[in-house]
Amino acid sequence: MRGRDLFKVPAPRPNRTQLLGVTQVSSTQTPEHVKKSRSTAPPVSKRPSISVGAVTAGVAMLLVFALVLYLIVASILGAVPESLADIWPDFVVVSQTPVEKFGLMFLAVGLFVAVMAVLLISVDSRKRVPNWTVVLAFIGPTVAMLTLGLLYPMISTFVQSFAGRQPWTDPERREWVGFDNFTTLFTESTFQIVLRNTLVWVLLAPLVALGLGLLYAVLVDRTRGEAVSKGLIFLPMAISMVASGIIWKFVYEYKDASLPQIGLANQVLVWLGLDPYQFILEIPWNTLFLIVVMIWIQTGFAMTVLSAAIKAIPDDIIEAARLDGVTGFGMFRYVTVPSIRPALLVVWVTVTMTTLKAFDIVRTMTGGNFQTSVVANEFYTQSFQQFNFGLGAALAVVLFIIVIPVITYQVRQLRLSEEIR
Amino acid sequence: MTTTPPVPVMVEQPVKGPRKLTKAELRASEAKTKLSSPWATGIALVMAFLWTIPTLGLLITSIRPQASIQTSGWWTWFTNPEFTLENYDEVLFGSSTGFSTYFVNSIVIAIPAVVIPITIALLAAYAFAWIDFRGRDLLFVAVFALQIVPLQVTLIPLLTIYVDLGLAGSFWTVWLSHSIFALPLAIFLFHNFMKDIPRSLVEAARVDGAGHVRIFFTVLMPLLVPAIAAFTVFQFLWVWNDLLVALTFAGGTPNVAPLTVRLADLSGTRGQDWHLLSAGAFVALIVPLMVFLFGQRFFVRGLLAGGVKG
Repeated sequence: MRGRDLFKVPAPRPNRTQLLGVTQVSSTQTPEHVKKSRSTAPPVSKRPSISVGAVTAGVAMLLVFALVLYLIVASILGAVPESLADIWPDFVVVSQTPVEKFGLMFLAVGLFVAVMAVLLISVDSRKRVPNWTVVLAFIGPTVAMLTLGLLYPMISTFVQSFAGRQPWTDPERREWVGFDNFTTLFTESTFQIVLRNTLVWVLLAPLVALGLGLLYAVLVDRTRGEAVSKGLIFLPMAISMVASGIIWKFVYEYKDASLPQIGLANQVLVWLGLDPYQFILEIPWNTLFLIVVMIWIQTGFAMTVLSAAIKAIPDDIIEAARLDGVTGFGMFRYVTVPSIRPALLVVWVTVTMTTLKAFDIVRTMTGGNFQTSVVANEFYTQSFQQFNFGLGAALAVVLFIIVIPVITYQVRQLRLSEEIR
Repeated sequence: MTTTPPVPVMVEQPVKGPRKLTKAELRASEAKTKLSSPWATGIALVMAFLWTIPTLGLLITSIRPQASIQTSGWWTWFTNPEFTLENYDEVLFGSSTGFSTYFVNSIVIAIPAVVIPITIALLAAYAFAWIDFRGRDLLFVAVFALQIVPLQVTLIPLLTIYVDLGLAGSFWTVWLSHSIFALPLAIFLFHNFMKDIPRSLVEAARVDGAGHVRIFFTVLMPLLVPAIAAFTVFQFLWVWNDLLVALTFAGGTPNVAPLTVRLADLSGTRGQDWHLLSAGAFVALIVPLMVFLFGQRFFVRGLLAGGVKG
C-alpha cells in the first residue's frame, strides 16, 4: 500500500483534441489510421459532428443519477409511491426452482453486460465525443452506486442514531431523543459488557494473530516444505467465519464428566486428569475462547503478508548485519522487525478492522448470550431482532467512530515511513 | 546460537567490491544466523498441528455414523474406523435441512456479485488513472475513504430503499449490495495496478488515434489479468463466506438465502446435532476451499497488493 500516493494522483494530461479522434498532426501529414477513418466519414469535415449516441448515453446516465437522488429523497420523505413496488413481473422477484434461479442469474449478468456494452460503444463513436460523456460512462455507475449504497445510508444512520426506536424517515412515528441512545450504550450494564468485550477482542485478536503470524513466518522461512507448512496455517482464511465457529464449537463441546467427551479440548483436560470445562458458558473466560477462533483465522493472513515482507528484505542489509556479527535473535530484533515495520502495521490495522466488524463468530457460537456479545453482534440484535433502530444505529456509529483513529494512524504512519525512504 | 566471527569475504576479492555469496555459502551462514534449532522446528510443527486439527476433527466427524458421534470422540475413529455418507445425504436432501437448495442460492448469488463489481470498478479505476476531468482527485480520495465505512452503518437505510422498490428478499438486493460494498476496495486496487502501467504505452495508443474505450480493452485489460484474477478469487471468497449481507437482505427463505445463513441458523436451532453440523459445514466450505487452493497464488498476490476488506 502506498499511503501517500493515495492523495497525490498523477495527472496524465491527454491532449483534448486527440480524444476527439482527430489528431493535430493530421493537417500536415495524415497518418494511416486517420485516412482509414476518413474514408468512412464525410471527406471535407472541418470538425466531426457530435456523436448522438454518446450524448444520449450521457443523458441516460444523468437520468440514472436523477433516479437515485429521487429515490433517496422520496425514501427520506416516506413518499415512494406504492405502485413502484408493483412494476416487477413475478419471475424477477420470486424464483423458487434452480432453473428459475439460474435463469434469473443469466438474465441479470446478460442485462448488465448489455447495458455496459451499449454505454461503452456509444462513447466510442468515430464522431466527436464530448469528454463529459466519456467520464460519465466510466465512473457514472460507480458514483450512482456509491451514493445510493454507501453515502446516503451512512448519513441516514447518523441521523437515526439521534432518533428513537422508529425509523426517522417515518414522519408520523419518529421522535428525536438527542444523545439518549449513546447514553444508554455507555451507562447500562448490559451494553457496558458489550463495549468491554469489543475492547478485549480488538486489543487481543490482532496482537496475538500478529505475534503468532510473525513467529511462524520466521520459523518456516526458507525451510524444507515451506509452501505446505504455510498452506496449513493459511487454510482457515478460506473457511467462512460461520463454519469456523462450528468447527471450534465442536472442539469446545462439553459432556458431563461421567460420559465420554466428544470435544477435543475437554478430552485433553480429561487426559490431564482435570474436570471438563464449559468453555462457551463460563463467564468471563468464554469471550477469550471465542477470540481464539478469530486468531485461528487471522494468523494465516498475518503470516502470509509478513512472510512476503521478510523475503523482500534486501540481502545487502542482512549481509551487512551478519558482517557486524549480528546473529539469531539479534538479527530478528534489529534487522527483521525494523525492516518489515510497514507490513506489521498494515496487518495490525487490517486485522483490527476485521475483528471490529465481525459478528459471525459470536452469532454462530453463542448468539451473543452468556455475556459474549460484541458491538457488531449487538447491532444486529438491536436492529433486526429488537427492532430498536435508534439503538442499532448508535451501535453502528460507535463502530464507525472506533475505526476512524485506527485508519488515521495507519495513513500517517505509512506517509512517515515513505518520507524516510 | 554461538557468535561466530563473520566470514572474511571482503578480504579475498578486494578489487571487485562486495562479492555475492554463492548459494551454498549463503545457506551455510544462514544456518548460523537464523532462529533454526530443534526448538524452532518443534514450535512450527506444534502450530501447524494445532491449526489443522480442529478442521480435521470435524471432517472425520462428518463421515461417522450419528450414534458414534454422540457417544465417542472423533479421535477414536483412528482405532475404530467407520464410514458413512448418510450425514451428507441428510444435510443435502433432508426435508428439514435442504442444503442443496441453499447451495444453488450461494452459486446464484456469488457469480453476479463477482462479475458486476469487478467490471464497474475496472472502468472507474481507468477513469481515475487515465482520463482527465475536473474534480478527479477529490472524487478518488472520496471513493478511497469509503473503504472504511463499516457495512453495519449502511444496512437499514439500504434495506428501506429495497422495500420501497419492492425488491426486498430477492436476489437483486444481494447482488446490488455486494457490488456496492466491493467497489471502493476494488477501485483502489485496480487503480494501483493501472498506475504501474507505463504512461508511454497509453500515450502511444492515443497517438494512434485510439479512444478511451479502445485503450481500455486493447492496451490495459491484457496487462491487468493478474490483478483481475486476484480480486476475483478474493471477492468470490468474500461473497460466498459472507453472513451479514445475506442475513440482512436475503432473510432466511429457501428462495434466496445462501449456505452461510442456513448453517448459522442450524447452529442456533440444532446446536447438538453434530452429524448435521459437521456435514453442513463441509458442504459450505468445499467450494471456497477449492477456489482457494487453485487460486492461492492470485489470492496471495491480491492480499499483498493492498490490504483486505473487512
